[in-house]
This record gives sequence, C-alpha cells and structure tokens, in this order.
Amino acid sequence: MKHTLRNIFHSSKFVVGFAIFMFLLVMIIVYPLINPGSPLEQIGVGTFARPGTYVSLYDAVKTTPETLRIQDADEKRMANALTTEDKVAMLEWFSAVGVDVSGLEMDDSEGFLELWFANYDESAKPKGFTMAKRNYYKRLNRTVLDLQTGEALVVADPDNETGELVKIGEIKKTDYVNVGQVTNVKTLPLGTDNFGRDVLKELVGATKTSLGVGLVAGIVATALGLTMGLLSGYIGGIVDDLIMFVTNLFTVIPGFILLILISYSISPDLRGPTTVAAVIGFTSWPWTARSVRSQVISLRNRDHVNLSKLSGHSLLRIVVTDILPYIASYVVMAFILQVSSGILSEAQLSLLGLGPKTTVTPTLGLMMNWAMSYSAHINGTWWAYLPVILTITLISFSLNLMNTGLDQVFNPTLRD
Amino acid sequence: MGKVILEVKNLKTKYVTRFGENVYAVDGVSFKIEEGKSLGIAGESGCGKSTLALSLMGYYFPPLHYMSGDIIIDGKNISGMNPDEVRKTILGTEIAYIPQAAMNALNPTQKIIRFIEDVVHAHDPKADKKVIREIAEKRFAELGLPAKVLDQHAVELSGGMKQRTVIAVSTILNPKVLIADEPSSALDVTSQKMVIKMMRELMDKGYIKAMVFITHELPLLYNVTDDIMVMYAGQIVERGTAKEMVFDPTHPYSHGLMGSILVPEEGTRGHKLTAIPGTPPNLKHPPDGCRFADRCKYAAPECRYYTIPEKEFGDNRMYRCLKSLDELKEVYDHE
Amino acid sequence: MSEDRIVPSKDFTNAPLCLSGRHVTKVFGFGDKKTIAVNDVSFDFHEGEFVSIVGESGSGKTTLSKILLGLLNHTEGEILFQGQPRDISTGKKRNAYWKGIQAIFQDPFSSYNSFHKIDSVLLDCINMRGGKNLPMEKKVEMMTEACSFVNLKFAELTNKYPFELSGGQMQRLMIARIFLLKPKILLADEPTSMVDACSRATILDMLLQLRDEIGMTIIFITHDIGLAYYISDTVYIMEHGKFVEYGKADEVILNPKAAYTKRLISDVPKIHEEWDLSTVELATE
Repeated sequence: MKHTLRNIFHSSKFVVGFAIFMFLLVMIIVYPLINPGSPLEQIGVGTFARPGTYVSLYDAVKTTPETLRIQDADEKRMANALTTEDKVAMLEWFSAVGVDVSGLEMDDSEGFLELWFANYDESAKPKGFTMAKRNYYKRLNRTVLDLQTGEALVVADPDNETGELVKIGEIKKTDYVNVGQVTNVKTLPLGTDNFGRDVLKELVGATKTSLGVGLVAGIVATALGLTMGLLSGYIGGIVDDLIMFVTNLFTVIPGFILLILISYSISPDLRGPTTVAAVIGFTSWPWTARSVRSQVISLRNRDHVNLSKLSGHSLLRIVVTDILPYIASYVVMAFILQVSSGILSEAQLSLLGLGPKTTVTPTLGLMMNWAMSYSAHINGTWWAYLPVILTITLISFSLNLMNTGLDQVFNPTLRD
Repeated sequence: MGKVILEVKNLKTKYVTRFGENVYAVDGVSFKIEEGKSLGIAGESGCGKSTLALSLMGYYFPPLHYMSGDIIIDGKNISGMNPDEVRKTILGTEIAYIPQAAMNALNPTQKIIRFIEDVVHAHDPKADKKVIREIAEKRFAELGLPAKVLDQHAVELSGGMKQRTVIAVSTILNPKVLIADEPSSALDVTSQKMVIKMMRELMDKGYIKAMVFITHELPLLYNVTDDIMVMYAGQIVERGTAKEMVFDPTHPYSHGLMGSILVPEEGTRGHKLTAIPGTPPNLKHPPDGCRFADRCKYAAPECRYYTIPEKEFGDNRMYRCLKSLDELKEVYDHE
Repeated sequence: MSEDRIVPSKDFTNAPLCLSGRHVTKVFGFGDKKTIAVNDVSFDFHEGEFVSIVGESGSGKTTLSKILLGLLNHTEGEILFQGQPRDISTGKKRNAYWKGIQAIFQDPFSSYNSFHKIDSVLLDCINMRGGKNLPMEKKVEMMTEACSFVNLKFAELTNKYPFELSGGQMQRLMIARIFLLKPKILLADEPTSMVDACSRATILDMLLQLRDEIGMTIIFITHDIGLAYYISDTVYIMEHGKFVEYGKADEVILNPKAAYTKRLISDVPKIHEEWDLSTVELATE
C-alpha cells in the first residue's frame, strides 16, 4: 500500500494533476474566509463592471490630500481626456482651416493642444460644417480649455436652510490622497456580472458547488456501477442477463438526452444541486458497471478465488476480500472520471437551463448560463465567462491528468 | 571441421530497468556453430537463455542493450550495427527468430500470403506478387503445409499449424541461422513433433544452415540438436554433444538438470529424481566466484572466491567448475 | 526428507474407495453450440492411491477436475465420496465436502490473493480446521511445522507477501497449506507445469510424502505422460472427454493398448529410444 502510494507520487502526471486540484480545493476553502458573505450578493447596480480596484469617490474627497507636483501628471491627464475620436475631429478642423499637420503624431497630445489653441476660432465657419458640427467643436474647445486652464474643482454643499450651494473646499490638480487612507476601496479582480455580483466570489462559490455536484454524481455512479458490475460479473446467470439488458438500454439511448429528459421532468422547485447530481449519477453508472463486470469475470476464474471457495468462504467475503482489492485501483480511476464527467454534465445541463435552480449558490454551469443570457460573449465582457471556462477546463484537466498518472502506475504496460 | 556459420565471441548484453538498474543477463557468452549443425541451449527460467536468443539477432531496442562482444554470421560481424540497418539487411536473410508466442503474432485480419509478401518486400520492394506466390507455394509444398493455408487467416488455423506457418514464413528468404526460443512448448505433443520435423526438413534441405534451439525440455533438446550448452546466470556452464550432455554431464548444475529428466520409457520409474534447491542469483548483482555455488551440493569455500574459467576438455567440450573432472566423477559415483 | 526417492509400485485394487464416478457427463451450452467436455466417464480412486489423469489440451481433464472439486456441476451421472453419493446442494454441505478435498492449481502466481500476507494464508487453514481458538504460540508452531515440511522457514516468510517468493516456493507454500488442511483427497492440477525442472522434483517428492505420511489420495492432472508414469500408481488416459485407457502405470505406459495412448507415448521425445519423426504426417492436422 505504502509502496503503491510512493509509486503514485512518483508519476509526474499525477503530481501535476494533484497539485492543480489541490490549488482549486485550497482556493474554495480559503477564499471565503478572506472574503466572507454570500457569493450571490449584488454589490453593483449596473451590470458588468470592469475588473479592477474601485475607490469610493465620496471618501476620497473627504480624505486629507497631499500636494504632489508630478511632472507628467498634466500630460497623462490630457492624454486620457483627449480621446482618439477628439483628435480625429481636431485633425478634420485643421484640414478645413488649412493648417499644416505634418509632423504631428497621434499620441502627441500636447502638440495637438498647442495647434488647437493657435488655430481654433469659435466664430470661424469652415465650409461644409453644419451648425451641429460647429457646436460639437465648441463643446470640445470648452473641455480642452478646462484641461489647459482649470486650476481646481470646487466642492460645494447645499445649505440646509436656503438650499444654496456653499463652497466647502476645492480639489486642486496637484491634490493626491493615499489609497490606504481612503475608507472604502473595493478590488474586484474579475469585475461584476450582469446582476452586479463579484465574479471572483461567485466563481469560488460555483467551483465549490460544482465539485460537490461532481463528487455526488461520481459517488452515486460508482457505487451503483460497482454493485451492479460485481453482482453481474460474479453471480452471472439470470442476474447478469438482467443487468446487462439494462446497461445495454442505457448504451442505446444517448446518455445526455436521457439526462435532459429526466431533468426536464423534475419541477424546477425540486431541482437543487444535490438532485441534479443524483440524476447525473443515475444516468452514468452503466459504463462503470460494464467495465467492472468484465474485470470481475476474468477474476472469477482465477485460482485464488477457487481456493477461497474451497476454503469455505462466504460469497460476501470472497467478493470483498478476493475480488474488490483487485479492482480497487480500477474503481478509483473510474470514480475520478465520473467526477470529471459529472462536473461537465452539470455545466452542460445548466447551460441549457436545466441545471439546479438556485438563488443561494451558483454553479459553474449557471454562471455560463447567466453570462450567455446577458450576451456577455457579444458585448465583450470576457470576465463574466472566460474565468468560468478556464476553471472547468482546469478541473477536468487535473482530474484526467491524475487518472492518466494512476493508469500508468497500475498498468505497467502503459508506462512511457 | 565444417565451415563456421555463426560465431559468438564474449557477448555481453544487459537490461536496464525502469529504475536505471543494470541486469547483466548475458555475461560473456562464446560459441561456434558449423554448417548443418544445431545447438541447443538449456537452463531454467531466469538464466538468460531467452535474452541470449534476442541478443543473437543483433537487433537491440530498450530495455535490452548491447555491451560488448561479436556476433559473426558467415564471416560478417553484425554486432554494433544500428537497429535500422539490422532490420533491413540482417533479419530474414541472415537470421530468423521464432519466439515462443510467435503464433500469436500473426495479424488476424490478414491472409497468410500477405505476411510472405511483407517479408519479401522488406528486402526487395519490387518483387512481383505472382513470383512470391509461386515461391511460397513451392516452399509450403516441400514443407508439407497445404497450399490453401496461404489464403487463410490466422484464426482459421490450429495452434500447431500457426506455429509451422510462422516458421515457414520467416524462413522464406533462406536465412543462414534460425533462432527458435521454445517454439513448441505451448503445443500438444503431436503438434510439437510436426514443428520439429519441419525444422529438421528446413535444415536437411539446406534452407537454413544452422539452428539455435532454446528450451527447458531436455528430452526434446536431446532429440533435436547436435550439441547442447547449459546456461546458468548469464554464463555458459557446460557444452558438449547432446549425448554427452545427457548421459555424462560434468558440471553440478547440468548434472542436476539431467537428473530431473522424466520420459515415458522403462527405467524412468526406478530412477532417482534429483532436485536442485534454491533459486538462480539476481543478475543485477552477479555473485563473485562461481555463480552456482549457493545452490551446489559440492561447493567448497574457495568456489566463492575464484573467478571460474571455462575449461576445455575432450572433443570440443567445455565446463566451468573449479573442481577437476576426476573430482566431479568421484562425487557423482559416490551418491 | 529424502532428496532422491524411488517410487514404489503398490496394488490398490482392494483398498477402500475414496472417490468414484459413475457415468459422469458435462455438457456446455445447448443446441448447435453444445459441446460435451466430459463424456460418460466412470472411475474408482482408492484411499492412498496416486492417480494421474493424462490428457492433451481440450481433452476435458480440467473440466473433470472442477467437477471433482465441486466447483462445477456435472450434467449427468453420479459422484461417490467415500462410498456415499456426494451431496453438495447447500453451502453447508459444500463446506463439509471441501474439508475432505482440496486442490493445488497450475499457476502459483494466480493462486494467491496478492493482498494477503503468507501468515494469513496459513492461519486461514488452521481456522478452517477448527483451530480458531488455539493460542497464538500453538498456531505459530503449526505453521512452522507446515513450512518446514515443504523446506521453507516460517520465520523468513512471516510478514511477507506471496509475490515476494519464486514460483517454486509459492507452489511449495501451497503444499504447506494442504499439509495444514490434511484433506482426504488432494487434486493437483498440473502443479509442476509452470515451475522449473529442478523445483519440479522437489514438489513431486513432497506430494509423495503427503501420500505416504498422511495417507492422502492424490489425483494428479497432467499433460506430461513421462511425469505421470514416474509418479503415479494408476494412470487414466483421457481423450475427447473419455477415458480411453486406464490401469497400473507400468502396464499402461510400457504396454499401451489404446491407439491414442500409443500415439501419445510415441510422440513424446525420449532419451533411450529413437524419437521417430517419420511417423508424423505433416500435411494432416
């Protein structure tokens, strides 16, 4: 036993798979401790906030500023404020009024502003410029002027009695606050989803539920498959015929269609994650049963089983001590594959809207379902679905890698 | 003395295990086979006789590795050639190898004639299929195999027929040396006899010039080969003609082996059956001195300290034991 | 223990019957796929007799051995154990029968549960013989005795697994198991075909010892007619599910009557007589 374990951990494939899986497990245990609360808490009002760190503007204003004179601050500010669209519009104006723009780079915001202030004239009416267009240039000019000349923003508060705005302070361009001193800062590494929920928190919760679903499905499928395979292989005769008839039925009807039909027939109120997991388990046991059966049939004729019979051991004892240990490694591998396929089946079902109906816990499939219903894949909010896909891939990959590693240890002929 | 067809000089090969350990399975083997002669190799499992058979082909692939020594076939040294070259120019034309499970190596989806075409095409890609069929039919008729076998699949043939077919297919290009590793051990006695008869005919008709026959069944070896070598722990411990080896073995190990022969003829029931206790040594760390010393009834302390040389005696006989022939004769007579 | 033994010839015609069969038949499948593996065989094995059943592959000898062991039900006929019809219809009766008959199989590597240590293999035998409540020292003593019977040292085997032994040692441990169980009948199904010639002699010697010292009846199934001749009192030759000839070993082997026995003997290579290759017709098979 110890020897086998050592062999298993000598298999690089198994170790890599195991490490990835352990990382995921540690994540789902540790992350909720750091960031407690319901994974489905709606923190955003809008949808699909970009990943990043959010600083409370209100608190920032109230925080005592430091004055920092940073050289390229203005440049950066201008560069950020002056969008490419603005620059293209400016170029159009320049060409209309006949200014030489050769040598002007697109990212040279300062050069643009210099030329702009030198050549813009509010009263000019270049040919072909409509009223609306001229108004656009007026607005652009005001924004640009603000950038150039505006020294400070005024912070005002309405007077409690008169309702008049009273200046209570101003924010200068050189005012900086320390992020650490701002009372409310929120980092959303993966942004928010369509309902304004923290995607990372949701993802961790979903991974936990999905692993649970996979585990339950794997246990149900393996327990059923193992029992049926042992009965069918060891007892044989009519029991074998009956069980084989059932597994043949399952092989003829595509498993996934069966799964969809069963899920569909369960009312949404009853369709919790455990129910869905059980349903997945109930539809995927036949192949475990088939392979266990074939292994048992070859073991049944081994001489040590005959000798065990001659020693007067009971059927249960023969099955448990003389057959099970020989197929244990095989069953473990089958279990791992069942867990992996259980997770995938849940994701597929949920994507079709037939997965667990829940308002408490998300699943990986549900997250995909939500992202799809709110067109995350069309409007480019990748953070709503890409991390989910990646997590599913990682789980499957790690489980399959562990399985291959085990296979190489248990079937020496496959080595290298 | 006839022309030497196969000469092996101090051949050493090893296995490298998954954990990088070396198993010195063939450790300094030398022998010669003359034209028209056959050589038997006997010994219990794990003594290196099957590895020797594989090594003789000159076709090494992991975990088997060539270390040193020469394999000379009809004047041509094939040791140290690269495996691809060996496969193209040596296998099938110079050497043919028949393993024990050869009959299970036939692809069940192909007709027998296809295997013959494959063998011929490996050496002459332009050979005409009609010509190949003619050659095959002629050869099969000479060897007493029905021509219809050519158009049958392996699954339609019985075990003995499959094994004979494999031998006929692999000798179609008239290899000089045939190496057969337990070719008949999995067969019933009647099929075994047919296989042996066919191999004998291949020799008599001159299609093969020399044969190396490996088996643990001594009565079979006695009846099939001219000379017998006894192998133990990767080394040859005794060599002689079949008759000498069976009735007058010198090395204590061969003496033990010959004493365990059981045949259905008068005298067997009254005869003493000798047993050799223990198991062969682990070839990862071959013992110093005589490798058989641990199991030898007659071993003296010095047997474990001296490297035992091959001692030649009589008419081309050899044994590897510290004791002299007279000493050995005396202990055997004493029993 | 003597390393070199000469097998004596004994007469068993008047010895008490141990295991007999009357018209035993075993048919596999039905309709077109029907095969008769054992075809109407009758036999009498006596107490203390060393019987060999010789046959080539497909002769039905393994099927017959499974029937004798009660691992397979025969289709027709009757089997008598110690003169009484054998009844193995219930689990209890089967267990009682298996106290009287035990087996050693061909492949030592598949005869052990590789998850059980050698100790537990032997302890199981003591428990089966009703020694469950014996003190541990007594059990160890019994196991040591059994191991020394087969030339193994229990102290070296304890806490080891069977696969750490060589094939010959494993087969000897099987004999130690039989030594502890002390059944009336031992069915040995090709116990030496997968071990080397050197270990073979040791195993045969131990089987003879079991017969001589415990009085066990030994049914030896083999394809090797030379071996059967060397070791047995009585030889049964089996072909296509039938016994074509049986009798004292000397009579059957040195003076065969049935054509099949004659062919079998002539086809085996020998060392004193010429092995006549001309008798085989290559084209037929």
